[in-house]
Amino acid sequence: MSWRAFLPYVAVMAVVTYLIRMLPMTAFRRPIRSRFIQSFLTYIPYAVLGAMTFPEVFYSTGDLRTAAAGVAVAVILAWRGRSLLTVAIAACAAVAAAQGVLLLI
Amino acid sequence: MKADFIRGIRHGIPIALGYLSVSFAFGMKAVGDGLTWLQAVLISATNLTSAGQMAGLPLMTGGAGLTEMALTQLTINLRYGLMSLSLGRKLDESMGTLQRLIFSFANTDEIFAVASSQPGKVGKAYLYGLMLTPFAGWTLGTLLGGAAGTLLPAFIRTALGIAIYGMFLAIILPPARERRPVRFVVLTAVALSLCFRYIPGLNRVSSGFVIILCAVLAASAGAALFPEKEGGAP
Repeated sequence: MSWRAFLPYVAVMAVVTYLIRMLPMTAFRRPIRSRFIQSFLTYIPYAVLGAMTFPEVFYSTGDLRTAAAGVAVAVILAWRGRSLLTVAIAACAAVAAAQGVLLLI
Repeated sequence: MKADFIRGIRHGIPIALGYLSVSFAFGMKAVGDGLTWLQAVLISATNLTSAGQMAGLPLMTGGAGLTEMALTQLTINLRYGLMSLSLGRKLDESMGTLQRLIFSFANTDEIFAVASSQPGKVGKAYLYGLMLTPFAGWTLGTLLGGAAGTLLPAFIRTALGIAIYGMFLAIILPPARERRPVRFVVLTAVALSLCFRYIPGLNRVSSGFVIILCAVLAASAGAALFPEKEGGAP
């Protein structure tokens, strides 16, 4: 793609994305009084991650069965409070193992 | 200070590993669609957002208008606005305006999630560490994918695809186990997300907008049913 056509696009993408992230973090800095809004903002991360993980995780490997193996391992380890890296690597290993098993049968 | 920085870097490693695989795929696709590897890396280094970048690619190569590009990015990335608002409350006094201008650039889903899950307030040293490894992973992955996407064995690329979700689960499950309101919010968001995926009609809503809807509805329901105690820890 020519740089002449490319640069305006990447500039628009970068500026819009940055403003969305930057403005709420810099402009609204007074403590929030409303209990509802405080609670809302506390719960937002969990809600975002829940919605982003399911059902998408089951499509993340291109095969429902290997993804399910990865989810099962990740859920068990995460439920037991293992670290982020441990859970992430174990989930990948489970997917890799499941792929191996599927190749054998 | 230095210990916090290193702790941030360490917490960024699983994010960087997940990013490496996702951005690898992005770099591969971008070059396949006719961009140069340098252009792919430039997009990743200036945007740092998987969904927004993936959506931007066909618009670029299809010659879409800049307004359409801007509106698409706005819709898909609007969730970051909520995250920045939420995370803004958790920053300590070392995070002045300049620091916020710099750090907000890197407020991705994952960095936000890890920073939010830290006990108490978070400061400059930790956050700079936390943004460094994922940023490196994201740009490096794009470079590798763009330059050498076809060289990595397929089964490794496939297995890496789940890394980021394993990390998400590690973030949400322990608090969901311990605190009923969090459990309620997570289950509500997941239920809504499933509806938007599988119910005809609802499944035509764009993915960026679905996340906003699910998150706002679930967090509102949680806030209405389980308001936090005054000054209660999150």
